[in-house]
Amino acid sequence: MAETLTRRHHLLGLEGMSAAEITPFLDLAANYALLSRSRTGPRDALRGRTVINMFFEDSTRTRTSFELAGKRLGADVINMTVATSSVNKGETLLDTAATLNAMRCDLLVVRHGQSGAPALLAQKVEASVVNAGDGMHEHPTQALLDALTIKRHLGTLSGLTVAICGDVGHSRVARSNIHLLTAMGSKVRLVGPPTLVPAAMASLGDVSIHHDMESGLRDADVVMTLRLQRERMGAGLVPSAREFFRFYGVDSRRLALAKPGALVMHPGPMNRGVEIASDVADSAQSVIQEQVEMGVAVRMAVLDRLSRMRTAS
Amino acid sequence: MTDLVFENVRLIDPEAGTEAPGRLLVRDGHIAGRDKAGAEGKPENAEIIDGAGAVLSPGLIDMRVAIGEPGFEYRETIASCARAAVSGGVTTIAALPNSKPAIDEPALVRLLRSRGEEMGLVTILPYGALTKGCNGEEMAELGMLREAGAVAFTDGIRAIADTKRMRQLLAYAKGIDALVVQHPEDPSLAKGGAATAGALATRMGLPQIPAAAEAILIARDLRLAEMTGARLHFGHVSTGEGLALIRQAKAKGQAITCDTAPPYFALNEEAIGAFRTYAKLSPPLRCEEDRLAVCAALADGTIDAIASDHAPWDADDKRLPFAQASAGGTGLTTLLGVGLSLVHDRHLTLPQLIALMTSRPASLLGSDAGTLNDGASADLCLFDPDAEWVVEAGSQPGRAQNTPFDGRRLKGRVRGTWKAGRQVYDGSPA
Repeated sequence: MAETLTRRHHLLGLEGMSAAEITPFLDLAANYALLSRSRTGPRDALRGRTVINMFFEDSTRTRTSFELAGKRLGADVINMTVATSSVNKGETLLDTAATLNAMRCDLLVVRHGQSGAPALLAQKVEASVVNAGDGMHEHPTQALLDALTIKRHLGTLSGLTVAICGDVGHSRVARSNIHLLTAMGSKVRLVGPPTLVPAAMASLGDVSIHHDMESGLRDADVVMTLRLQRERMGAGLVPSAREFFRFYGVDSRRLALAKPGALVMHPGPMNRGVEIASDVADSAQSVIQEQVEMGVAVRMAVLDRLSRMRTAS
Repeated sequence: MTDLVFENVRLIDPEAGTEAPGRLLVRDGHIAGRDKAGAEGKPENAEIIDGAGAVLSPGLIDMRVAIGEPGFEYRETIASCARAAVSGGVTTIAALPNSKPAIDEPALVRLLRSRGEEMGLVTILPYGALTKGCNGEEMAELGMLREAGAVAFTDGIRAIADTKRMRQLLAYAKGIDALVVQHPEDPSLAKGGAATAGALATRMGLPQIPAAAEAILIARDLRLAEMTGARLHFGHVSTGEGLALIRQAKAKGQAITCDTAPPYFALNEEAIGAFRTYAKLSPPLRCEEDRLAVCAALADGTIDAIASDHAPWDADDKRLPFAQASAGGTGLTTLLGVGLSLVHDRHLTLPQLIALMTSRPASLLGSDAGTLNDGASADLCLFDPDAEWVVEAGSQPGRAQNTPFDGRRLKGRVRGTWKAGRQVYDGSPA
């Protein structure tokens, strides 16, 4: 929430944030992207600060990205992987907050399987909390890095049509992207079977729902695919990987319906041949590797800005 | 192919709801024109078929048929089922997926379709399994089955028990605009039951299924269909309470349809008296009040189609104590004859009855059969609505003989059946 961001110096989500609030993150991240490429680090913006990466869910790529971002800014970065099998998670979480306060941590990066867990921590810790993905709720740094990647290629974030395809209903990436892209003035299409794209998703803003890829991808500027978890098959939401690919996979034939040169994106890790065809993932239109690169720059910008806001208040 | 001219027939146009004396021309296996009685002139060398005042209608479309092949050929093969079908004027059947293996693979859908085409007697429209193995759990590959030619999806003789799974199946089906067909009976209430709960079953000492098992499942599924916006069809609906719910949903504009089968408007539970296992059906025969409610729902349009609910069993499956005998009866041969009782009893007009067995199921299943319009395949049924005959188990066309109408005198007999302009049944007994 914007309020949470400005008064309490957390980044818990992008819902409710305006273009004016989002843009400074993107501008700063664009700078960091250039600096990272020219290898002119490490800088010292976060020297003397402690960043704790607390991951209640495994995620090598996001954790590494935050770790690198903190280190490039000169922070002391600690990784904590927390077992999720604890009996009473609520109690554990609050106990953890007390521990962190005692350690005088400045920035706390949290990934948790439960929606709202970072918000709960944020109420109790003195550090600034960055949501690194909570349940099916939000993944704000992913949406920021997606936005930065789009802006670098298309020059703008307004007036675009972005198709988000696949397992939208369970996706925190999709939700954060919807909030960001609609705030910036773009149109979002959610594309997939009704079992994965429930009608209620339409309530998230200026979004339209498409149950066939043809209408969903037609004339899109950006085609974003999401990972289809295996467990969606067991849960009876999708009959099989091959049927999913046949009807909802992004292949070159369907991509051809989008605008010429439309960007292909994926938050990773990909299931090739399930939600995306290999040739599309590796095509010239794919910016999937660049998303990973922008991830570090965006996380540098987020850590830097939150740290400065703390100092200022 | 020689041209065919049907003369001296009463032509039924089920879409228009009309019946008029006239002639019908068939050329190259397709309908090539109709005219009114008394018209002169005909193509050279045409074969003339004198209908002697009989009724000529589109070949019947039976939207609920269990075959037996693959897996249960001892009950009925595709070939024997087709022979039974044409003897009843049926030229298109929708085949339930409860075979062994279940029709849950695209190749099996193609197999059924092509076996129908090879024989040239009936068109087989396969239902795809809604769940793998029709076991009510994992979703079948509905999209790929449909691409292979499945016309709709159902677990056939079984209802999807789990509410959440049913919701997901309907939601997914909605995404590909597919029709879902449900067996309307709460599985836990029905389990182990052999007859409708009531005085008769109590007296006979049979395990009972409350009639409300139907309404309970229909109420649940109507609500799920509303949530998902899916197209849902209930097969062989048999109770007044179930039909009232469907009537209500239709009035609200929901995309809900249903069919019933002849036993449910022509028989009641008394038919199982003396433990006649040929009258053991699923759902079980109901009380007289429910039978009358089915007749009323046919008359007021709540019911969209009449299907035979043909369920072939071997004599050994039926020669058992009642509760242990298999449920289901044959129905292809008797579909029209029993159906005509609705016309003789003035519940329906003849064109209304024929529409329930031709154009209405055709539109539900997306079939282009069931019409006498020019260009349609010449699938035809010639019948005498007043000719009487007696149904005799043991001398029915096809392999399975388990008819619940054994011994019944029917008024209305098929004189001939044509598939794509070729005569496939000539009115003689098997």
